[in-house]
Amino acid sequence: MKATSRDVNGVEIVKLEGKITIGSGDSQLREVIGNAISAGKNKILLDMSGVTTIDSSGIGELVGSYTTVANRGGKLKLLHLPAKLNELLHVTQLITVFEVYENEAEALASF
Amino acid sequence: MDRDGERIEITISSRFENIELVQVIAEHLCENAGMDEDGSHWIGMAVREAVANAIKHGNKLDIRKKVNATFELRGFDLEIRISDEGEGFDPEKVSDPLNPQNLMKTSGRGIFYMKTFMDQIRYSFNTGGGTMLLMTKNLAKGSGIASSKA
Repeated sequence: MKATSRDVNGVEIVKLEGKITIGSGDSQLREVIGNAISAGKNKILLDMSGVTTIDSSGIGELVGSYTTVANRGGKLKLLHLPAKLNELLHVTQLITVFEVYENEAEALASF
Repeated sequence: MDRDGERIEITISSRFENIELVQVIAEHLCENAGMDEDGSHWIGMAVREAVANAIKHGNKLDIRKKVNATFELRGFDLEIRISDEGEGFDPEKVSDPLNPQNLMKTSGRGIFYMKTFMDQIRYSFNTGGGTMLLMTKNLAKGSGIASSKA
């Protein structure tokens, strides 16, 4: 998995690309979020458009990331969900937990 | 159904990087049998979760222990067996990820996804050790993901 970050008006936009699966991108995602938190970022927007594969471990890391950021008074939101990831969040009812946006400007305005 | 009677078997060591090998076999078998791309993807995902569990929870990442996968197609009925060399577990104790108390847990969704994407899953345990998971799917029924079953 590859992650590239940029700051827009205090919101850390992290674009994730590739796989978030067991033994691969799952631990990397944890590290990316940990680094952002350590750098004082607590408004995080994950751009998921480049995610090609995700499994239950990856979903679990998304949940863990959400909790980590929320526990520090911040917010983690999702942008550009691929259709299959959207389905996985729906069937597990996690879609009710995450704020999901299709438009970056709207997502930024929501923080 | 020119793939009727097809049987494929693969044995891997307990490394996460081998999961995709088994997943790809599942997806190709389904596509070759006429399943659409989405349906094949979801079956591949069920296989991914099953193999990951066998490696992590069954064989506990011991690379000397093997995971065996067999795929058998009879008509439109696909049977997938995933076996490990672990000590087994009690499926009744697996928590429901949809329970509000479990919603924010970071693990425990693998078996749920398998049940969602397959018609039936059943675990059996050898007295001498080892767990075998049987998953079945009728490929004529479509993708089978829960939201489209409704």
